[in-house]
Amino acid sequence: MTAATTTNRDADTAAVRRAISSTPRPPRPGRLSNAVAFGWRGMLKVKHVPEQLLDVTVTPVMFVLMFTYLFGGAIAGSTSAYLDYILPGILVMSVLFTTVYSGVALNTDLTKGVVDRFRSLPVWRPAPLLGALLGDSVRYVIGGTVIIVLGLVLGYRPDGGAAGTVGALALVVVFSFGLSWVFSVLGLLLRSPNAVMNAGFMGIFPFTFLSNVFVDPTTLPGPLEEFVDVNPVSTLATASRSLMGGDPDVSAIVVSLVTAAVLAAVFLPLTTHLYRNR
Amino acid sequence: MTDRPLAIEATALAKSFGSTPAVQHVDLAVPPGTIYGVLGPNGAGKTTTIRVLATLLRPDSGSARVLGHDVVAEADQVRSLISLTGQLASVDEELTGHENLTLLGRLLGLRRSSGARADELLDAFGIADAAGKLVKHYSGGMRRRLDVAASLVVTPQVMFLDEPTTGLDPRSRNQVWDIVRALAAEGTTVLLCTQYLEEADQLARGIAVIDRGRVIAEGTPAQLKSSVGRSVLHVRLLDAGQRPAAAELLERAVGQVVLEADPAGLLVHGSEADRAAVAVAELAAAGIGLAHFSLDQPSLDEVFLTITGRSAGDEADDPSRALQEQPS
Repeated sequence: MTAATTTNRDADTAAVRRAISSTPRPPRPGRLSNAVAFGWRGMLKVKHVPEQLLDVTVTPVMFVLMFTYLFGGAIAGSTSAYLDYILPGILVMSVLFTTVYSGVALNTDLTKGVVDRFRSLPVWRPAPLLGALLGDSVRYVIGGTVIIVLGLVLGYRPDGGAAGTVGALALVVVFSFGLSWVFSVLGLLLRSPNAVMNAGFMGIFPFTFLSNVFVDPTTLPGPLEEFVDVNPVSTLATASRSLMGGDPDVSAIVVSLVTAAVLAAVFLPLTTHLYRNR
Repeated sequence: MTDRPLAIEATALAKSFGSTPAVQHVDLAVPPGTIYGVLGPNGAGKTTTIRVLATLLRPDSGSARVLGHDVVAEADQVRSLISLTGQLASVDEELTGHENLTLLGRLLGLRRSSGARADELLDAFGIADAAGKLVKHYSGGMRRRLDVAASLVVTPQVMFLDEPTTGLDPRSRNQVWDIVRALAAEGTTVLLCTQYLEEADQLARGIAVIDRGRVIAEGTPAQLKSSVGRSVLHVRLLDAGQRPAAAELLERAVGQVVLEADPAGLLVHGSEADRAAVAVAELAAAGIGLAHFSLDQPSLDEVFLTITGRSAGDEADDPSRALQEQPS
């Protein structure tokens, strides 16, 4: 036990009575204000539990190093040429992996009594969910930034410059915002945080690896190439690669944004419904 | 309506989970500004009842109103009148105490004053020293007080407290009791679920006894006790060695004797005052010295035993249940 448990002053009944009688009920805040308050909660958690960030950044960092130096020469002729190809892809992968943790965090929340308090408050129903995602997107940005900085250290120089790089990161974060609702639904349906983690990665792994994140799909056998081509992760990787490469692929960008919007349109109401009726 | 509506009104409330009925038939009528106890053993349906009243669960049938607002149709209005302190600690363990209260202040519209309000509450509840510590490092008593404070960031008109002192040491328990009394004194209606008979007796003006999802008795603590009718004669001897003789005499004069844990103690259920007086005189005449004797109203535990035919629970650590642990 830590020192905090030794601090045990008594409650002061007179002060309690004063505190109870001193506040009239303030006017009810708006929806956005509710969501922002929950977003603040999400960010406080990033601050208090920084090891969560470590979880989601270590794997992608390992992938960058391993793939670049192990396969780079074989796949693209040189490590620096492969870094140009793989870095935007790893950016996509690392942020998408982080979205699984949105569902895990939601499920963890549900095992605690604090959700009962939130649900008994007069706040906008989806606010806790939206707020959590606001906090999560901070995590996405940090995770993505780590990959980009690592790339720069290893000698990656994007032709798209700062604007293209920031654009790619923004696109990936927006896409993840849409995708994370899928994992929120899993988080509400499954029994334990571990089950959410397992199911989430079972879903996200094939989509990430059977894409153009690591290799050019033209070398793949026919049916696999077809899957890789329609895989939204490929489209997103293509879009971010084009942004960072300084030659934006407008159709890939638009398709990625539409995919994110469709995912959100389907899974956000489902999430809200499940959260309300638990 | 000219009358003030009841603070809490439940009519034939029922809720099942799958094929397991949690609440079968619960009626409640709680006037505003009082502490009302819902008393029952684990699994009796207390928590389910509270969760329906706090708009967390929809009832399968029956209805409930809080200050005149239906908990299903007007859930949102109900939420702006109530606070819930659940059985699991309903605070965020990964935030500090101050952050917990500030978050609730922001959610309820205190805006810039939410930090100051958090300070005020932490101070009043004696947790100011741990304001910046993560709640997961708090002791049980501090966590409970923070939990209650979190329900008072904006003073609710109706507060639901689900087993607020379970697992607390006596000192922390007394502090929570003082806080609950202070709340009621300021006009908040408190619905208190508890499995501790002593707690309901200490705090509540009205009590509903609930068992297997049904209200099986209802009234003031005094009414419940008098419904059991007869009193209990307690006797403590100067010499424990005389207990067998005393037991034999009391058995003959009054009725079935129960031997207490105290080797010099005996009690007799169902003693009428005149027969008890004669029995005590006979003890003295037989040379059996008395350290103490009293004729008491039955405890709530005895009430529960009388109504249900069994003990209220199986926890051995509750002093108010000491009677049930005696072989009889």
